[in-house]
Amino acid sequence: MELTSEEKAALNGEHGDTLQTAYRILVATGEATNAEKLIPIKWAHLSGVNYNTIGDSGEEFLRELSKDARVKVKATVNPMGIDFDHISEFNHIDDEFIKKQASISDSYIRMGVEPTFSCTPYDIFDLPEKNTQVSFAESNAAIFANSLGGLKTNKESAFSALASAITGKSPYSDLRKDDMTIPMTIRMKMDNPNELDFGMLGFFAGKVGDTSVNISGVSQPNRRSCKALCGGMGTSGTCAKFQFVDSEDEKSEKVDFGKEEMNEIYDELNTAEKGDLITLGSPQLGLEEISDLSKMLNGKSFQKRCMIFCSRAVQEQARSLDYTNEIERAGGEILSDCCTCLTPLIDTDETDAVTTNSIKGAYYLKNSTGVNVNLKPLSKIIEDETK
Amino acid sequence: MSKIIVQGEAQGTVLKTTSPINFLGAVDKKTGMIRDKKYDIFEKSIKNTILVFPHGIGSSVGAYTIYSLKSHQSAPLAMICQKADLTVASGCALANIPMIVVSNEEFDSIQDGNHIIIDTKSEKIFN
Repeated sequence: MELTSEEKAALNGEHGDTLQTAYRILVATGEATNAEKLIPIKWAHLSGVNYNTIGDSGEEFLRELSKDARVKVKATVNPMGIDFDHISEFNHIDDEFIKKQASISDSYIRMGVEPTFSCTPYDIFDLPEKNTQVSFAESNAAIFANSLGGLKTNKESAFSALASAITGKSPYSDLRKDDMTIPMTIRMKMDNPNELDFGMLGFFAGKVGDTSVNISGVSQPNRRSCKALCGGMGTSGTCAKFQFVDSEDEKSEKVDFGKEEMNEIYDELNTAEKGDLITLGSPQLGLEEISDLSKMLNGKSFQKRCMIFCSRAVQEQARSLDYTNEIERAGGEILSDCCTCLTPLIDTDETDAVTTNSIKGAYYLKNSTGVNVNLKPLSKIIEDETK
Repeated sequence: MSKIIVQGEAQGTVLKTTSPINFLGAVDKKTGMIRDKKYDIFEKSIKNTILVFPHGIGSSVGAYTIYSLKSHQSAPLAMICQKADLTVASGCALANIPMIVVSNEEFDSIQDGNHIIIDTKSEKIFN
């Protein structure tokens, strides 16, 4: 990779340890993605905020780094593990977790990051103009940005996005170029897919696809299903972009996604007949999804605990538009700054299984939290779990 | 040797899987134990091994898992992949774990349990 003299000096440590570390990460990721140079980016979205995911070493790393690192471009952050406004409702959250989580949050704020604590930055901000180069680490957000937001980003890692935030640069990899070819087409063979089906389509595409895939046989669905597709795809693979196509390019490899492929994923992730509680939101719900939920409830109430995760910005908008009244009347708990994935709010001592419509949530509930999962689309959750 | 992503030297015993690894979901960040039953190396530890796997997948936070493994002295001595991805590359860069990408033929020729020496300066892998 070609570096400017300024970049070389930073890599050699002439501008301090922080920039040296940042450039070391950018060079490794540039080599990994065959980039020939670094280019400027306008916005970095960082992951690595939840204490459950980054642990003590991550907390210490960020505390040290934040002593002198400052972000150079707009920077936003992923969810934490908990909603500090609702700690008292979860009596098993230990003081150590709260202390370490607060430290991580403080470190990011000290570096100049906007405390969005959301995995759906595309639901909070107006997106910049088309083809703007950004660095999004959260996998569903990177896929959304490339595929539906008209932006360009690598499927950044927590460290590459952090290095981009500090330097304002990122490797000029294939995904950032205008002329990239998409080598594979997934042929959707299921009729009338709901958001759970789109999540499984994404999970499948992530497994079989490389950097990008075409999807044929289905047109762009509603936002809930689009987000489920992005979330599923980001969980299972390296794929960072999809596009819906009407006609199939002769040259691309064709892979079918039908009943058999779907059942295989369903059987991998659905491990329980019913859940002890319900979670909605991985990715966190947007305003449109909150509005839909309040309409679907239509006077009915949840028969078990239901946690609804959305960003604080979306929660504030939803409150001002009164969408939250119906959800809270129905017994739904609206939580912000955190989400289904690896939250300590779900505890294996109290919970054996969770009902959710999220494929991404299901994967991490099962593998990281260690609970069983009961998968259902939202319409079925409302039908089965409310009265 | 195809491509050096992170420089360094290492020698040790190969732990090889043909499954791509989701570091956040599948690896215990303190012990290095594989805890996802779907893996052919389930319940094996990647600690102090030369970890040979196709590539990383899934969460971008997996990079912190690699850094955490190093902090707990549970990291692999080196990683050899078929394809480089940003999560593994950046995690190894920060944790100073040598990482190389090899051709499909070289990948196939490395067997689980092999003792190998990696030296990125001389661009060699010795079986």
